[in-house]
Amino acid sequence: MENGFPSTRNDSFPAGLRVLVVDDDPTWLKILEKMLKKCSYEVTTCGLARDALNLLRERKDGYDIVISDVNMPDMDGFKLLEHVGLEMDLPVIMMSVDGETSRVMKGVQHGACDYLLKPIRMKELRNIWQHVFRKKIHEIRDIEGHESFEGIQISRNGSDLSDDGHMFCGEDMTSIKKRKDFDNKYDEKDLGDHSSSKKHRVVWSVDLHQKFVKAVNQIGFDKVGPKKILDLMNVPWLTRENVASHLQKYRLYLSRLQKESDLKASFGGIKHPDMHLKDPAGSFGLQSSINTNQNDVANGRFQFSAHKLFGQDVNVKIQEGDLKGIFSEHMPDTKKTLNADNPDPQETSSHMSFDHSFATLGSEVNYEAFDCHIWNEAPKIELKREHKPLLQLEDGFSQLPPCAPEHHVKTDKLHPVPSVTSGLSLTARDVSGPIKNEPLYAEYQGNRVSHVSPKKCAIESFPIQSKGHMVVNHQSYEPVSTAISSMKPQGFNLSCLTDFDYCQRNLKASDSTLAPFNETACLLQGDFHNKYFGLPNIEFTDCNDPSFIAEIPVHWYDTLTSDYECPLDPTEYSIFDQGLFIA
Amino acid sequence: MELGQMQGRLAEFTKSLYMEGILDAQFLQLQQLQDESNPDFVVEVVSLFFEDSEKLLNDIARALDQQSVDFKRVDAHVHQLKGSSASVGAQRVKNACVAFRNCCEEQNVEGCLRCLQQVKQEHYLVKNKLETLFRLEQQIVAAGGSVPMAEMTF
Repeated sequence: MENGFPSTRNDSFPAGLRVLVVDDDPTWLKILEKMLKKCSYEVTTCGLARDALNLLRERKDGYDIVISDVNMPDMDGFKLLEHVGLEMDLPVIMMSVDGETSRVMKGVQHGACDYLLKPIRMKELRNIWQHVFRKKIHEIRDIEGHESFEGIQISRNGSDLSDDGHMFCGEDMTSIKKRKDFDNKYDEKDLGDHSSSKKHRVVWSVDLHQKFVKAVNQIGFDKVGPKKILDLMNVPWLTRENVASHLQKYRLYLSRLQKESDLKASFGGIKHPDMHLKDPAGSFGLQSSINTNQNDVANGRFQFSAHKLFGQDVNVKIQEGDLKGIFSEHMPDTKKTLNADNPDPQETSSHMSFDHSFATLGSEVNYEAFDCHIWNEAPKIELKREHKPLLQLEDGFSQLPPCAPEHHVKTDKLHPVPSVTSGLSLTARDVSGPIKNEPLYAEYQGNRVSHVSPKKCAIESFPIQSKGHMVVNHQSYEPVSTAISSMKPQGFNLSCLTDFDYCQRNLKASDSTLAPFNETACLLQGDFHNKYFGLPNIEFTDCNDPSFIAEIPVHWYDTLTSDYECPLDPTEYSIFDQGLFIA
Repeated sequence: MELGQMQGRLAEFTKSLYMEGILDAQFLQLQQLQDESNPDFVVEVVSLFFEDSEKLLNDIARALDQQSVDFKRVDAHVHQLKGSSASVGAQRVKNACVAFRNCCEEQNVEGCLRCLQQVKQEHYLVKNKLETLFRLEQQIVAAGGSVPMAEMTF
């Protein structure tokens, strides 16, 4: 796509920066266009948010930055901001004649990288390129960070690249390296053009996910593996890593749904409005503030997702409250339930139902509907999750070595994830597991910090034990990823596709770690499966080792901190870590 | 009137508009944005503004004329007008809009009608002043002179 653009963009950044301006006021549109042209930017104007979104969707890589007014008749500027952030991951600047702190805060929470007050000065517009540049740098950093996680030495360049990122390699190392090379190739193409570098993240669109699901079904859920899926999908630019991480999420998602359904059955409706839960904005805000610095993208996402999470509906909140209540009161029950459900083998039928749902969901364009659905479901799932890991933690606490904050963070992350995704999940799942998790994550983080700290260690010990195990499986992808991936993605996808993309990116990072969580994970998975689909746990059949199942929740947590094949930023994880500490 | 005199008059007139708060620095910005590629930029923008704002004022009047006034709607219109007037530097119009929004918050129809009157007045005033300004500019250009680039010396 960059190839289609005039070369001037590449030569003299920030000149030629492609800006999309959205404002319902024709006077302002004209003035801004003139100002931006004076800055030597390439300007496209739009009077309607709807048109702007269409333009952006038509040319996914056609713009570098979006400037939008807050008050527009057809769509709220914040909503547009969210869509752009999720779908296109472009920096968005908000503008308004109203500079009230609450508005500005809302803008930042929704992921705006800046908020300008009208009347806007030329000098303010001159500097907007910094947001594009910053995002670019963060992406590069993420790639590099991610790779360093896996310990890949990217020394040889291009020698292993068969074609455009299409890697059929059985080795993780090579695949990872290839992916990096793939990204490098893009970077090299646009030397000096920071604004046009191709994003390294894979966005699992509805179509793409449907292809994925179709491939999985064709192969047979219990026999599935990233390489096979990749072959069947026949998407040239997709890498084995992308598929592997997505598969993980998918499996986690499925298992989470199962667990959730199980948990639901076991728990009554205890309502403990948790302050944290009830006040998503607040908790979220806390989290956002914690997470805010490192990575604009991460922050934006996190906030965005969290915001979305909480913004959904009251039901969700209540459910969250329920979760909390249940959590504190029913831990023992949860444990029991979980254990009971754990060992059930999964059946393809359950899997099939998932796939079916996914397929159905995939076709839906109505994110809003999903959102509602998901949210309603999410709390339940979340609740279950929380209990389980905690239970495990307490048990294992004595035996566990001190754990790193990362683990702690992970736990929190896990909690939110299940709840979020488990709901309708089907469609959401492919969209973006991670996003959902994050907001929840934030939430949990805040709430749980005190709770979880001792648990942290417990969790950590689990991963440690299973890590070796996981590592092995990780390589082959099949046993581990099944357990873990099914768990993870569930929560995210539900809310909405756009959200999911967002989450996905964020969560992806977490997915990769796959820290085995031991029993808790297993139980959760089983429960979710059973409950949700009324079928035995599908996921478990895939696990070669029951410990995998248990490990899944841990994995979830670990994913956040440890290496993962997902392109998610390590920086995002570190943010969570920090969040934990701060909290 | 000779060119020099005309240019002097224009400068004085422009200065008075700023001094009286009818125009603010944003208008100056607009003038500075004008260049050879866009010699009528300011006139175009101002025309757009008056077109849009007249519509808005009518919408507001109609909304206030309803049996049961929808203050949210009125407020939305006023907010839009506020943004528009800020775009061309019509300072007094903008300030009148700010006062108007307060009346909307109080949900006071009488107060709103009074505010609307005020806004209309300021709107009418700035429109006249700008028309005079553009006419002076045209005369200078027609006489073969050039309109001096505005400067904020006061």
